[in-house]
Amino acid sequence: MPEIRYIIGQIVAFTFFAVGIGYFSNSPSYTYHDPSLALIMVSFSHGSERKEKCRRFTPEEIAELAPNMRRPMDCSRERVPVFIEVTMDGVILLSKSYTPTGLSKDGSTSIYESIAIEPGKHDLVTKLRDSSREDGFDYETTVSIDLKPRELFVIDFRKDLGGFYFK
Amino acid sequence: MLALKKVLRTIFEHIEDWFDVVFGAKWNPLYQLGALGWFYYWIVVVSGLYLYIFFDTGVTQAYTSLEYLTHEQWYAGGIMRSLHRYASDALVVMMMVHLLREFAMDRFRSSRWFAWFTGVPMLWLVFTAGISGYWMVWDQLAQYIAITTGELLDSLPLFGESIARNFLSDAKLSGRFFTLMVFIHIALPLVLLFVMWIHIQRHASPRVNPPKELAIGTFSMLMVLSFVKPALSQAPADLAMIPATINIDWFYMPVYPVLNHVPGLTVWIVLIAATAFLMLLPWMPPGKKIPVAVVNLDNCNGCSRCAADCPFSAITMEPRSDGSAYEKEAVVVADNCTSCGICVGSCPTATPFRTKSELSPGIELPLDPIKALRDNTIAASENLSGNDRVIVYGCQNSLDPKALTDANVGVVTMPCIAMLPPSFIDFVLSRKLADGVFLTGCRDGDCTFRLGIKWTDARIAGERDPMLRKRVDQNRVVKYWAGLTRRKKFFSEISGFRERLNKLALEKTEQSDVKENSENNNA
Ligand code: HEM
Ligand code: SF4
Ligand code: SF4
Repeated sequence: MPEIRYIIGQIVAFTFFAVGIGYFSNSPSYTYHDPSLALIMVSFSHGSERKEKCRRFTPEEIAELAPNMRRPMDCSRERVPVFIEVTMDGVILLSKSYTPTGLSKDGSTSIYESIAIEPGKHDLVTKLRDSSREDGFDYETTVSIDLKPRELFVIDFRKDLGGFYFK
Repeated sequence: MLALKKVLRTIFEHIEDWFDVVFGAKWNPLYQLGALGWFYYWIVVVSGLYLYIFFDTGVTQAYTSLEYLTHEQWYAGGIMRSLHRYASDALVVMMMVHLLREFAMDRFRSSRWFAWFTGVPMLWLVFTAGISGYWMVWDQLAQYIAITTGELLDSLPLFGESIARNFLSDAKLSGRFFTLMVFIHIALPLVLLFVMWIHIQRHASPRVNPPKELAIGTFSMLMVLSFVKPALSQAPADLAMIPATINIDWFYMPVYPVLNHVPGLTVWIVLIAATAFLMLLPWMPPGKKIPVAVVNLDNCNGCSRCAADCPFSAITMEPRSDGSAYEKEAVVVADNCTSCGICVGSCPTATPFRTKSELSPGIELPLDPIKALRDNTIAASENLSGNDRVIVYGCQNSLDPKALTDANVGVVTMPCIAMLPPSFIDFVLSRKLADGVFLTGCRDGDCTFRLGIKWTDARIAGERDPMLRKRVDQNRVVKYWAGLTRRKKFFSEISGFRERLNKLALEKTEQSDVKENSENNNA
């Protein structure tokens, strides 16, 4: 009876297959984030200042433009990079400059950073520069946080809401 | 690459020999990978329909509706959920082994590009469908998938708004999102089904159902697994907390951990380049197109046997174009033809008994004309002596029987053993060119040209046209399907056959002695 032999063969082979599927369908586990740490995420997009201030065309210049291109102001569209600094209890966590999107760097700037930190009470200072000034910042906020392990703290920024805000 | 393929093919055949011992050739799952894929697909669809009835698309209800199925309704919904998950996992395993195997067996070049080319998009469809399924559960794994997938999509300069940001706080998430996920999770498998159907369009009688016994076996396995280890959700998603340690389905998400460490754009470039590479593989060197089968209308009577036997749907029967009295004629679709010669073996006009000048059958391979097959047969028989002279007919895709050539064995090979019209066996034996005919080729259940072994078996057994004539002594015809690896058994089969032929010869002389004696006694 070769059939019996093959049926037993199937049972044995499929047992191995089932163990393989059963195991790898959810093991081994993967540690995406250290469970003893909290996480700060800096995530927002923001349109920074134009690199150059708009300038009024002289009447002669306007006359030189093609008729369909005539406009009163000359505006270069390129924006300045956004510079961000985040310090926690006086230690710098993030200090980085971000280029605006778009081929001619005229879009908004997208920031997406995650920083794992020790849970507990901390003082955070968040600063942002979005103008062509050489140093110093245009926005600065201080906030006290008290995070549990795995807790997520999101640093967001909205110009129309007055700058940094937190979730 | 050739060397790699040869090594891969040999490894596959060794493993398959092993599986033959365990499952038997008929139920060997490695010969049934495509059919198993279809079978797993249907399990996923049926179980998925059941889950869909109970699935709720609210932000919190999605999770609780599945918890209800898993725990309250464990005997039905729980089992369905487990079947859904495990059959999907089995589908990935089947698909990846199938891909590797078709590559190793070199079944994707020249005219056979079609199944390969249409197979590649299925990789994307299967993986994205599976990932979207895990997303719908909205547990910690789903949250991890959402963040990581969002980050991957954000690396493309396509979307104005960041997608990942939506998964950083509950405020931005609504039930609409789950409706979208359900839509994606239903649409992708439907597209997959359509591509699966396209995938086998160039195959005559494709195997889309595994043998009943194998289907029962693999389904029972999934059922038992579903009872022993029901599919569970992880802790519910909580966007205020970051997922830490997650249990990943490694069949669907092996690249996800990589995504967390490699820039998104790099991942896209690698994925797209790999896809393009796979899709173009059939045309990469060494790719040479062999001349395809050619119909000779003067000898075609329109019987349509060749169209019925072609494994690649490369022959259509069309109205007669040459004004002859026959109704139909065979037409070769050159793009589909793999030059296997199976059609030649099926053609009633391909018989060596015709006079040599006439030996031009209705359909021919230009590089391997049937005349040459007859000449080679005669040449191979010329130096044989003894009572155990054997002509071995073999195919060029399994082990090379040329090594056997000696005083008792003559060897003739062709692209596929089914290119041999059965009348050749009759020819060899009735003209006493040899005492026995030995046929060999790919392994039973896995012919390089899909149906060659099946048709040969049926023709010899008298079950399919053209049949081996009844007058042929079946004791003098032996088949052994050796493939690449079964060398030892192949040699022992040959020597066993020769022993039997010697015995037959002895019996015959004894019989004629007895006859002579009794005649003498009577006198
Ligand atoms: C859901 C996934 C898939 C299913 C259900 C599937 C199913 C099948 C079936 C039923 C056959 C016909 C077998 C026969 O009757 O001889 C087949 C053949 C084939 N498949 Fe797939 N397949 C899948 C994915 C793939 C992938 C990903 C590839 C490679 C990229 C691939 C490449 C091939 C090739 C090359 C052949 C054989 C062509 C030939 O013999 O000429 N398949 N597949
Ligand atoms: S050689 Fe004949 S049987 Fe083979 S693929 Fe071409 S037409 Fe079909
Ligand atoms: S098998 Fe031969 S005779 Fe019959 S249709 Fe095909 S080519 Fe013509």
